[in-house]
Parts: sequence; C-alpha cells; structure tokens
Amino acid sequence: MTVLSDEQQAGSTVWTPVCRVEQVPLAAGVAVLLDGGLQVAVLRTAGDEFFGLSNVDPFSGAAVLSRGIVGDVGGVPVVASPIYKQNFDLRTGQCLDEAGVRIDVHPLRITDGVVHVGVR
Amino acid sequence: MSRTLVVAGHGMVAHRLVEALRGDDVDGTWQVVVFGEEPRPAYDRVALTSYVDTWDAAGLALPGAEYAGDDRVELVPGDPVDAIDRQAKRVTTRSGRVQHYDALVLATGSRPFVPPVEGADLPGVFVYRTIEDLDDIRAAVERARARRGRPAAAVVGGGLLGLEAAKALRDLGLSPHVVEMAPRLMPLQVDDGGGGLLNRLITDLDVTVHTGTSTSAIVQDGDRLRARLGNGTELDVDLLVFSAGVRPRDDLGREAGLDVGERGGVLTDAACRTSDPHIFAVGECASVEGRVYGLVAPGYSMAEVVAATLLGRDAVFPGADTSTKLKLMGVDVASFGDARAATEGSLEVVVNDPVNGSYKKLVVSDDAKTLLGGVLVGDASEYNLLRPLVGEELPGEPAALIGPAGGGEAVGVEALPDDAQICSCNAVTKGEINEAVHGEGCDSVGAIKSCTRAGTSCGSCVPMLGKLLAACGVEQSTALCEHFTQSRAELFEIVRATRITTFSELIAEHGTGAGCAVCKPAVASILATLGNGHVLGGEQATLQDTNDRFLANMQRNGTYSVVPRVPGGEITPDRLIVIGEVAKDFGLYTKITGGQRIDLFGATVEQLPRIWRRLVDAGFESGHAYGKALRTVKSCVGTTWCRYGQQDSVGLAVELELRYRGLRSPHKLKAGVSGCQRECAEARSKDFGVIATEHGWNLYVGGNGGAVPRHADLLVSGVDTAELVRIVDRFLMFYVRTADRLQRTAAWLDELDGGLDHLRDVVVDDSLGICGELEAAMAEHVAHYEDEWKGVLEDPEKLARFTSFVNAPGTPDPTVAFETEREQPVPVMLGVPEVANR
Repeated sequence: MTVLSDEQQAGSTVWTPVCRVEQVPLAAGVAVLLDGGLQVAVLRTAGDEFFGLSNVDPFSGAAVLSRGIVGDVGGVPVVASPIYKQNFDLRTGQCLDEAGVRIDVHPLRITDGVVHVGVR
Repeated sequence: MSRTLVVAGHGMVAHRLVEALRGDDVDGTWQVVVFGEEPRPAYDRVALTSYVDTWDAAGLALPGAEYAGDDRVELVPGDPVDAIDRQAKRVTTRSGRVQHYDALVLATGSRPFVPPVEGADLPGVFVYRTIEDLDDIRAAVERARARRGRPAAAVVGGGLLGLEAAKALRDLGLSPHVVEMAPRLMPLQVDDGGGGLLNRLITDLDVTVHTGTSTSAIVQDGDRLRARLGNGTELDVDLLVFSAGVRPRDDLGREAGLDVGERGGVLTDAACRTSDPHIFAVGECASVEGRVYGLVAPGYSMAEVVAATLLGRDAVFPGADTSTKLKLMGVDVASFGDARAATEGSLEVVVNDPVNGSYKKLVVSDDAKTLLGGVLVGDASEYNLLRPLVGEELPGEPAALIGPAGGGEAVGVEALPDDAQICSCNAVTKGEINEAVHGEGCDSVGAIKSCTRAGTSCGSCVPMLGKLLAACGVEQSTALCEHFTQSRAELFEIVRATRITTFSELIAEHGTGAGCAVCKPAVASILATLGNGHVLGGEQATLQDTNDRFLANMQRNGTYSVVPRVPGGEITPDRLIVIGEVAKDFGLYTKITGGQRIDLFGATVEQLPRIWRRLVDAGFESGHAYGKALRTVKSCVGTTWCRYGQQDSVGLAVELELRYRGLRSPHKLKAGVSGCQRECAEARSKDFGVIATEHGWNLYVGGNGGAVPRHADLLVSGVDTAELVRIVDRFLMFYVRTADRLQRTAAWLDELDGGLDHLRDVVVDDSLGICGELEAAMAEHVAHYEDEWKGVLEDPEKLARFTSFVNAPGTPDPTVAFETEREQPVPVMLGVPEVANR
C-alpha cells in the first residue's frame, strides 16, 4: 500500500482521521464530511493507491464523485462522474474531457490503517 | 383560407401522397378528403401474399394510414368516386356525396387483367388483388377441402403476380398449376436461360408449370372446373385464379374527358398533371408521358412529385429504375438494366450452374467494356454491386464478376462510380455516402444511415455501407474500449465459455489496464446475465454504474428516485396507499411514469434501505428502473374490462414482466401487451410488443420510442401463450448475447446481418440450432431471480454502504435541499456549479 499526495509541507495542514482503509473498497470510493461542510471523496484504485478529491462534481454541482467508477484512461488513474461521466485525474483533479476544468485535490495520510484527510 | 384536395383511391401510392403532403404542409394550406373503394385504409399490397400466414389484415397495415388525430385529413373508405364534374370542380361518390375540390388526384390503381376466355366469370374463378380476393380464395379452398380432402387449383399467369398467387395457394396447402402464355416464367424479368432454371426451382416446390400455352376455355363440371389449355391439356380443378398482370383503372378520367395514354392510363406530363390542370394522376392508373408503371417505387416518386407541386414547388417525375430483386417462394430473382439484351450489338455473358441452382447473365456492350444489364436467378447476391454499375465501364472481366468467387470478391466498392446508387430504396449514391463520411464525419454504418437515410428501408445495402466506410479508410473498431479489444458480444462468449466470474480475472486474462466507466458496467451486465449472485456482491459492486450501485436512479442533485415494480401496471388500492404513505413519510416527490408505475424522487443514500424496507414489507420489489434490464410490460385493460378486448392483455403482461424481471441486458428493455388491434398499450414502440388477435398473439420486436422512433416488426403471428413465451425467451437471450453495449433492440435489429428474416430463421426456425440453449439460459435466469432490494436488506455488509459519509453515518448530504413547487418538493441547488450543465 502506498500513500500519495502526502505533501511535505505538513506545517499548515490540518489532518482529520476519517475511516479505516478496509472501509474503502478496492476500485471505489467513499465520501467524508469535514468541519465547515467540506466534502472529500476518498478514492482507492485497483492497484491499492489512495487519492483525495473534492466530492463535488463541477459540472452538476452535486456532491457525488465518491460514487463514480474508478479506473484508468490512457494510463491515467481516474474517477468518472456519475452524473455526466467526465473523467477526473485522481492525482491532479484535472478533468480529462474539458481542459479548463480542474477540481481540488486533498492530501491523504494513512497511519495504523486509518485514513486521514489533510486540509490546508 | 385552405383549399381542398380530393384524392380518388386509397392504395399505397395515395397514402404516400397524403403522408408527403401533410408532412410538408406546415401551414395547413390543404384540407384533404380521400375516397377509397376498399372497406379499409390503404395497406401493404406488395406483401399481400403474407396475409395467408396470419389471416390478420392488421399485419398488412401501413403506419399512419388512418390519419388518426389529423383533423386536416378525412378518410372515407368504401365509398369510391364515381364521377367528376370538371366544370364545377366537384366529384360525386357512389353513396351520392358531392365534394368540391380545388385539386383532384386520381390514384385509382389497376384492375387485374382477365383475358377474354369463355367461363372466366364462373363461380370458382378468382382474381388476386385485394384482401377480400384472398378471403374469397380461402373460403373456396375450405369448401373444396370439405368436399374432397385435397383441392386442386390453377393460376393463369406465370409472371411476378402469378407466382405470388401460386405461393399463396401453396401456403394454403395446395399444389397449384401455373399456366403462362410466354415460353418461360417471369417473361418480363428473365431470359430463357433464367426462366429455365426458375421453372426447375419452382417445380421442385410442388408447382406444376405449363409454359407456352394459353387458357382457351373454362367449363363447369358439377362443383368443379375444367380448364382447357391451348396445348390440349385439360386441368381438373376446384378453383382457378387469374393473376396475369394488371390494367390501369382510367375509367374515371376517360369519362371526364381527360386524355388517355395509348396503352391506357390517364395521360400526364412529367409533373403528373393531366390534361386538366386541376387534376393529377399518380401510381398505376397514370400514364406519365405515355408510360405506365406497375411497381410501387415509381408510384411513390409520383406521389412525392404531386405533393411538392401542390405546395408550390417545382418537381418532375425523374423516371424510374425498373430493376427488381425479389424472393419468390424462397427463390432469388433479380433483373436490372437491359436484362434481355435489346441493345444492338450487345453481348451476353452467362454463368449457368445447374448443380448449385444458379443462373447469372450479364449484358455488356459490343466491346465488352460497359455493363448494360443482367439477370440473376437462384442467387442474387451480386445484385447490389452490379446494378449501380449499369452504364459504367466494367472494373474487370465480365465473367469474373459473376463467377464462383462472386462479384463482391472480384470487384471492390472502389470500382463503383460516384453516381452509382447504393441504396435504391432512398436513392442514395456512393458520392453522397462518401460526402457523409468525409464531409460530415460519419464513422459508422449507423451514422451514415441517420445522415443519408441509406440502408434504412430494406437494409440490403447495409453490408455495402460497411465496405464503403472501409474504402474511405475509416476503421470500424468493435473494441469495447481501450481496455478490451473485443466487442461486447465477444466478451459475452468469453465469459460464458471460460466461466470467469470476476472483472479482475477477465481484464487480467483478456484485457489491459484497470478498466473504466465503459467496460466495467458492460462486464457487470454480462456477469449478471450469466448469473453470478447479487449485483452488489463482492467486487461486482464497484463495477456498477451509480444507478445499479445504489439500486435507484441518480437525479441531478445526487439524490435518487425509487420505482417499485407494478407488474403490467396493475395495482391494488392498498398498495397504492402504501406508496403514498412512503412518499409522504420520506418527503418524496411523486410522479406517474410512462411505464405505468410510480416514481418516488428525492431520496438520499441513507434513506434508500429504509424506503425499501417499507415497500418490501408491503409486498413490493425492485422495479429495475435503474438497470439496463427489463423495465415494464405496459398493458391495456384487455378482455377484463374493455368492450373491444380480444385477449387478457393484463394477465399476459403480468406473466411476462414476472418472467423477465431482473434480466440484465445490453440496454434497457421495454415491452407492451395490447388486447386488440387498437393498440392502446403502444406495444409496437417497445423492444418486444404483443398484440392480441382473435387467433392468439402477434409478437413484434425491435420497436423504440424516443429520439429515433421505430415501429416494431412482426416476428410471428397467431401464436398461443406457450409458443409466444418460448419465442420471446429465445429473442431476448439472442439479443442479450449478440448486441453491442447500450444498443437497443431497434438498432441491433437494424444492424443484424440479414435483418428480420435472419432473426426469424434463428429464433423461430432454429437455423443455428441454438434455440434449446437460449431457452435453457432463460429458464436458468427465471429460476434464480431474487429481489435485489431484499438482497441488500438481508446483508449488513451491503447495507453499510448506504451512507452519505463514511465518517458520519446517518448524516445526510448538507448540499441537498428542496423547495416546494406545485405542492411537492423539488431540488434546489445550493452551490452554483463552476461549469454550466450540459
């Protein structure tokens, strides 16, 4: 298991424990609710990598990305929005179908089997 | 102020005229009155012989021929126009109705030609033109059968119409004689060589052929007839049918003093206008610039010309290609261009293969370079390629084009000139198709079809469209997506043969990468069809599109709608109350669906299992509104209540819905059952539709509503419930196995090689020998069906996934909010989307 997006400058980042790793199925996601109503989709690939993205689909405004299908497109790990099916790069939040659209990425940290979401 | 168009006659061409006029007359400038002679609206006379299969006139109905709901068209069947008063511009009908016209169109068609033979008016002598003629023939056959077991019959006429009549008699269980005056069968279409082979092939079908002789007299002999032939033969028969061609019905025009063509027919100019500028003539009663056409396609062109003229546009009849390709009693016959080598100096190249039963002839110019025409009997597969080449330079040796390798091998589509007509039904040329590919970016057969209409009528040119695409350099990949090079149908066969049960295993062994939103749901559907437990079991859950993953339909604000199954649309008051109470208690918006059920909107993820619990406890189950699966079987009330119902449509709809519920398929499946021909359940707009007749059920397949509507095609008719279910079982399983991802039955049937005939061969006549297997697969599905909602309620692990937030179970999504509109909750979006909706 590897942990990505765990940024080095942890100084100003607030880490919140959200769930145990086994609560996130392989090649799927779950949504977490943070203080202030911020929603993050915690997504786990078939290759067992974890990513954190904003849960809000920018095309519809609905908080649903955690319910998208996780896979890859041209080798890029992606989640597909369940509303209109655009793919988002799990590493960068970049929308693959619309160059000008990018969503927030949230760093994740896994300690003792617990997933933590970082908010700067 | 609108003007009045009177149409005298309501056959196929008259119907096309009214349809074309009403389709284009957006301002409603014409009020149309149609007087027909027959007691019913126009029907598919070209397919008259198929009436013998069902004895159900509805099978021949032309869509829209009743003009229901169009108050600008008045159709008066059974009351033909008897006289025209050109001065007063009005017609008088047989019933005495007087109707003024601003324009009059004569579309009175033809009458069967009965040669002046002694005894031609005896009882037991028939003609072959209308549904009523066939009813009379059937009654005569039944009377004769009651008298002496196997009746005998003769047909006078060995042309196209004569052989059609002979087929009808054969389908009635008789072994008819056919008497043709010319030295061969189908003298207008084929030459002596082709006629010889045709004679042999037809004789093999239990028809006795007498060519080169006429019928000199018919004599009554008790309740039988004796037909004396010119060659001395005497036929002892119970009935005799004249089907020796037709003559234009021009009497109305003659009596009104209109000019008439030399060979009959009301004479018109190229715009189909008669010698009276207010009167037009179309179809078989017209003599356009002196020529009478006995085929429906030229009649349709005339109808469109007149419709355009009436709307103030210039149009002229472009002339007609009288090339024909048809199947007579299973024998292919085609002729095109100068089939009988009438051109001076022309050469004939013949390939006669009596062993395989095919005869092919090309007529070429004296230097053997230009194709002039040809005849194909027994095997007409080269017709589509050769007909467009008429008048063009040949791409190779003439003999090679019709040799054993076949034209398709010897000549590529590249050889065809740009003006070669690829689709003769809709007059689409190769150049137009190339333009669609290069100019409009069409990259599939489907795209070409919707762009040019090529291949959308009889479908025989569809294989050519694929070849043209390839010739344009468009590769038609059947790969499902970047992760699988296989098509969906191929993956289905792989999963079935290898018994692989997980996506991981399938992609590891037969694909690449991690999968995507295209292949995962497609494979999930295949796994579900083949029975791998609950669709949310184990890894399967993460393959599902969000609707299947939460067994409900995601709406625009991320909430879901819930549709319990209401089989056949039949529901008790108590259950209706339960649905109402659930909606009230959970604050859901309710709406009646088009599939005769009730949709409950606005449920959040954590509400879903609690809603299902209430519904399941009251006896409901999942309606699969979320799945690429059977949705509903819509029904009318049938014999239970309706005064007109002929069968129990609700009972059958409930039975079918319960049988096929839960069947995962390439796309959603909709069905309908109507209790009579009034078709209140709109069954012909469904993937499979059933319509009751007094003799049983008619099954229609491949219908669709939506953006590209398609009326379903008749697959079988007059079957009982057991047979119906058997054929639906096979049809559905065959579709599920062979269709592409997200391909509805309508598109699947359009692209199926061989179309409806092939489908019928496979699922009715079992030509591939797979029907047993298809039925067993369906039996397996039926035996293992379980309600998916109940499956979740019974499993804590699945249940645990129904939370909005993993770190705050029970907390609903705070971005979901509602406002009230027309007394019901509707979504209001709190966050403004960063990107506009599409």
